Amino acid sequence: MSVPLIQTKNLKKYFKTPKGNLHAVDGVNISIKEGQTLGVVGESGCGKSTLGRAILRLIEPTDGEVLFNGHNIVQYDDKKMLEMRKQMQIIFQDPFSSLNPRMTVSQIIAEPIKVCKTIKNSREIDNKVFDLMETVGLAERFVNTYPHELDGGRRQRIGIARALALDPKFIVCDEPVSALDVSIQAQILNLMMDLQESMGFTYMFITHDLSVVKHISDEIAVMYLGQCVETAPSDELFQNPVHPYTKALLAAIPTLDFRDNKKEKQIIKGEVVSPINPKPGCRFAQRCPMAQNVCTEENIELKEVVPKHFVACRLL
Amino acid sequence: MSEKLLEIKDLHVVYETDEATVYAVNGLDLVVNKGETLGLVGETGAGKTTTALSIMKLLPDRIGLIKNGRIQFEEHDITKLSEADMRLVRGNSMSMIFQDPMTSLNPVLTIGYQIYEVLELHNNKMSKAQISAKVDEILKLVGLPPERKNEYPHQFSGGMKQRVVIAIALACEPKLLLADEPTTALDVTIQAQVLELMKGLKDKFNMAMILITHDLGVVAQTCDKVAIMYAGEIIELGSVKDIFESADHHPYTVGLFGSIPDMTKKTRRLNPIEGLMPDPTNLPKGCVFHARCPKCMEICKTKKPQSVTKNDHMIRCHLFKYA
Repeated sequence: MSVPLIQTKNLKKYFKTPKGNLHAVDGVNISIKEGQTLGVVGESGCGKSTLGRAILRLIEPTDGEVLFNGHNIVQYDDKKMLEMRKQMQIIFQDPFSSLNPRMTVSQIIAEPIKVCKTIKNSREIDNKVFDLMETVGLAERFVNTYPHELDGGRRQRIGIARALALDPKFIVCDEPVSALDVSIQAQILNLMMDLQESMGFTYMFITHDLSVVKHISDEIAVMYLGQCVETAPSDELFQNPVHPYTKALLAAIPTLDFRDNKKEKQIIKGEVVSPINPKPGCRFAQRCPMAQNVCTEENIELKEVVPKHFVACRLL
Repeated sequence: MSEKLLEIKDLHVVYETDEATVYAVNGLDLVVNKGETLGLVGETGAGKTTTALSIMKLLPDRIGLIKNGRIQFEEHDITKLSEADMRLVRGNSMSMIFQDPMTSLNPVLTIGYQIYEVLELHNNKMSKAQISAKVDEILKLVGLPPERKNEYPHQFSGGMKQRVVIAIALACEPKLLLADEPTTALDVTIQAQVLELMKGLKDKFNMAMILITHDLGVVAQTCDKVAIMYAGEIIELGSVKDIFESADHHPYTVGLFGSIPDMTKKTRRLNPIEGLMPDPTNLPKGCVFHARCPKCMEICKTKKPQSVTKNDHMIRCHLFKYA
């Protein structure tokens, strides 16, 4: 077996709040092989984005390791980390607030190149910017426009071009399409898959939209309250979900088959409980239709139920 | 046949801004019968919300103007009602749920008072105690504990805030509910809860509903009729069966369906619609969709297509010619 490109070992991120520690990411172990896509799904507040940012060290993890090609990057100092960042980039969720409104398209795309000094000749930087704009499908005439002049789809293309500027290996995509209309969303998803095919990127794709995640991912990790409750290859997860939370998530997707609407659906009651000082045991137990006493007694580890399919549930 | 509740005829709405005139709604015809749910689908900027605001007469003052057309709601023509008369209708027999529950509640008033306010305005015969009892009843109906009525919006989660907004809209048991993307800001599991709640309440009060959304899945789960909007026009209208199963579709509808990743099939590429929505200040001649249409013909560029109807399934496209 080759070393996965990205691996986290017991990664934790706690935020201090007046009421106690908020366990945003609590002991997550994931690994992504080179050239593959890991989809991370879960409801808002389950720690998806925090996980993505902790892997890139945009926020410092509280505990645990992040291995990039086998090296623990959590210990790296700032200088080494800057070097590292050339290989790992992020595409942000909201194309409206993640671009500096006072910079032109070319300035935004050239910024990472200037910060990391990968290209020093300014003419070459310009050429690179034009190359990148062509790669992501932005017409050359937009080079001197400002973000507010463009629509959401084009703005997200700028965000993608910026992430590609340093020729990274690994890109965290934090809900890159959730702010876009369906038809534009499909254009961006196609673009991202084409780029992966031609340049061999490794993606961590964070989203709450299960149909998108199924479409783009090789493997899927389902998160609930800072913990990973189920990981499996994409097809396996959709055909054979095991964890009650995964089942509930899949059942909640409105399907395109209108005959379903007369059927009574299994809908999970309640909402996500507070992640501040969580109780031991399964964090889904309070909403779980099958919860028993054993569920809340002790912490539950991921177990392999089928090869490559891991589930954290007591009732197996 | 069921009774007509709302009938819109040839509605034209424009926004007059300093720079240009935005043609938001261009000749829209729509009928909603009593107790029926109509799904209004389209991309951002298609004019869905403008249509709803016109029905509620909530278009921005002096900027949003109804240029032409009639909105017949029960015995009133809404376009001709004075603001004072409209206030008696709005919130009482028709009400609206806004898109973003986080910003559509008043942060300095308790949620109980915000529901109380609606009832107080529209029921001058009820005593204070009666209204309070009614507030408790409505809160229970939308699945919130009445003990929390003295709390403020920030103390509730997104799903619960949306329940409060629904409670306000339903307080006077309206005959028509306009729901503008009621679940877009919510997670899937909470979305399922809220949709289930709205379906239940709609049946209970025998209310008609216009559900504005861009999620075709939500439409399939809740609606009886579907209208697909593009650049201020309805380009296809029919029952859910027509839209989801019939073989004939407007090319835009086909594109919309192609853009959704299909959960049952594994395809590597999606088939999105190329290009962008036309600029509403400068709409193209002919069919509004022709610049993006894969089946565009010469006639589409010059002549506006007429609507073609077969068994209540309307398509506005030159490709179709029924007798």
